[in-house]
Amino acid sequence: MSTVVETQNLTKRYHDKLAVNALNLTINEGEIFGFLGPNGAGKTTTILMLLGLTEATSGRASVCGFDPTHESLEVKRRVGYLPENPGFYEDMSADENLLYMARLNRIPDDEARRRTSEVLDQVGLSEDGRRLVREFSRGMKQRLGIAEVLVKKPRAVILDEPTLGIDPDGAIRILELIKDLNRERNLTVMLSSHQLQQVQEICSRVGIIVKGRLIVQGRMDELGRAILKERQWNFLLEVGAGANSLESDLRAINGIDEIEKRGQGFFLRCTRDVRPELASLLARKNLPLLQLRSEDPTLEEIYLKYFREA
Amino acid sequence: MNVVFWKELADHFSSRRFMILLALIVLIGLWATYASGQAIRQDTESAPTQYAFLFLLTSGTGTVFSLATFLGFFGPLVGITLGFDSISGEYARGTLSRVLSQPIYRDSLINGKFFAGLTTVAILWGSILLLVIGLGITLLGFPPNAEELWRMLIFTAVGIFYVGFWLALAMLFSLLFQKTVTAALASMAVWLFMTLFVVIISQGVAGIVVPDPTTPEQLARRADVENIVSRISPSTLFSESVSILLNPAARVFGLALQSQAEGILPTPLELGQSLNLIWPHITTLFGLVAICFGISYIIFMRAEIRA
Repeated sequence: MSTVVETQNLTKRYHDKLAVNALNLTINEGEIFGFLGPNGAGKTTTILMLLGLTEATSGRASVCGFDPTHESLEVKRRVGYLPENPGFYEDMSADENLLYMARLNRIPDDEARRRTSEVLDQVGLSEDGRRLVREFSRGMKQRLGIAEVLVKKPRAVILDEPTLGIDPDGAIRILELIKDLNRERNLTVMLSSHQLQQVQEICSRVGIIVKGRLIVQGRMDELGRAILKERQWNFLLEVGAGANSLESDLRAINGIDEIEKRGQGFFLRCTRDVRPELASLLARKNLPLLQLRSEDPTLEEIYLKYFREA
Repeated sequence: MNVVFWKELADHFSSRRFMILLALIVLIGLWATYASGQAIRQDTESAPTQYAFLFLLTSGTGTVFSLATFLGFFGPLVGITLGFDSISGEYARGTLSRVLSQPIYRDSLINGKFFAGLTTVAILWGSILLLVIGLGITLLGFPPNAEELWRMLIFTAVGIFYVGFWLALAMLFSLLFQKTVTAALASMAVWLFMTLFVVIISQGVAGIVVPDPTTPEQLARRADVENIVSRISPSTLFSESVSILLNPAARVFGLALQSQAEGILPTPLELGQSLNLIWPHITTLFGLVAICFGISYIIFMRAEIRA
């Protein structure tokens, strides 16, 4: 597996404010990397540096093996970028917008036309190619933006807040689209966001940046383990009746660390998998089981924990 | 650069703004030419026979400006209109970061935009001149001679530099301010300053340098100072070079003493001689364009492109 994006102590300073502070980031080929952080954390600045749209104050970056500051053309040839709130030429149709971008990529015209209809089809806008962009809704513009990024057949794409300001249904469709593209084309995706739950679904790895510092990066389950240490076994137990009588029995089970009463049942933090014991306990006491669910630490918990620490 | 150039050119020609400008300039241009054409027909004696066509461009009637004056006045407006939102507009629409994340050099965007603007100006200027020549042939009954055509061609070139300066200035402002309205207002302010206030300032400076002119020498010196100061304005550079270029009889800027004028034969100058007079003007105009564009270029190459 080769590395697509790598930064070493990448730093950007505006006057006396450090926007990005000694960032060390690695993104591997074929993964969806979630670049998370609150507003103003330095996500966009980092992305701009990766594309050579702004110069780093110090440190080094490498994208697809090229230095974005000095070989930005090589980087831009291989990487598609969808800015936050992408703008289009409103007086031109979706087709024309895409064709213009294709021409800027020096794609021959007939090939460009073929690719344009292909990518419009892929993002579900094949019916709207001839309409003017000014008639498009926000979600449609976002999908058009993704289509445009794909026209150049990139090796990797960088999407800045792709779900910002879009209704939940539209956001899910966009994320699904991103996931499909990642799977079908083995496209490397770097995706910045501050909306955790949405992104959690599709990211293979995440990095969390707060106040210009990357405080953690890794696979979702690794992060969860790192935070919640040995307590990676969380269960939600719900019973039909007699929940109150159950608590003392639960305490007796070896491996349950904490018991938290929740509605009709309990939230259990455990050091091992206690499901067999729970099942036999309920069977012994003849209580109706409504649900027994494993609850992994959500990204939100991880995220909030790191935000507070930083 | 080609891709950007053709797109921008297409944008200019299909924009409503350009249509309005075109209509305005064509209408006023034709009107000015028609008025001076009629004046020449009624008073054939006063029109110089060797360059009646040039006279058509420069002679205004009592109520209507001449075409040359009129172009000198409206040229800046064309330049500003074509340039004031070139960069700031892309910022406002959020297209700039998308375009610049494509594999093109940054300068191809700004070069493409500038040369598309310049080409638009050239086409506009050229077509108006052709219209005027057509109208002139109908009014006067004979075509322009080769010398007149050459002079008109150079007039066009000077005009393109002149409007090009305002285009470059408007682009610079659109880059500096990033807000379309601010850029437009700043360009307008410079335009008003250069056309109206420079006159006042040059008179003021001349009044300080030569307070009470009594002798003819002092009067001439005062006029000289006034000329020199007002030449900081591209409008002055343009109108002076046009006055020489389109009037072969003209051989000095401003006043000439009687002793200096003594012995001069009142014959028209050759094209080369007229050009000799205005070379400094043309070079300065060209230099101003280059400086303005150069500054924009440097700023743009180093700018951070945030959507």
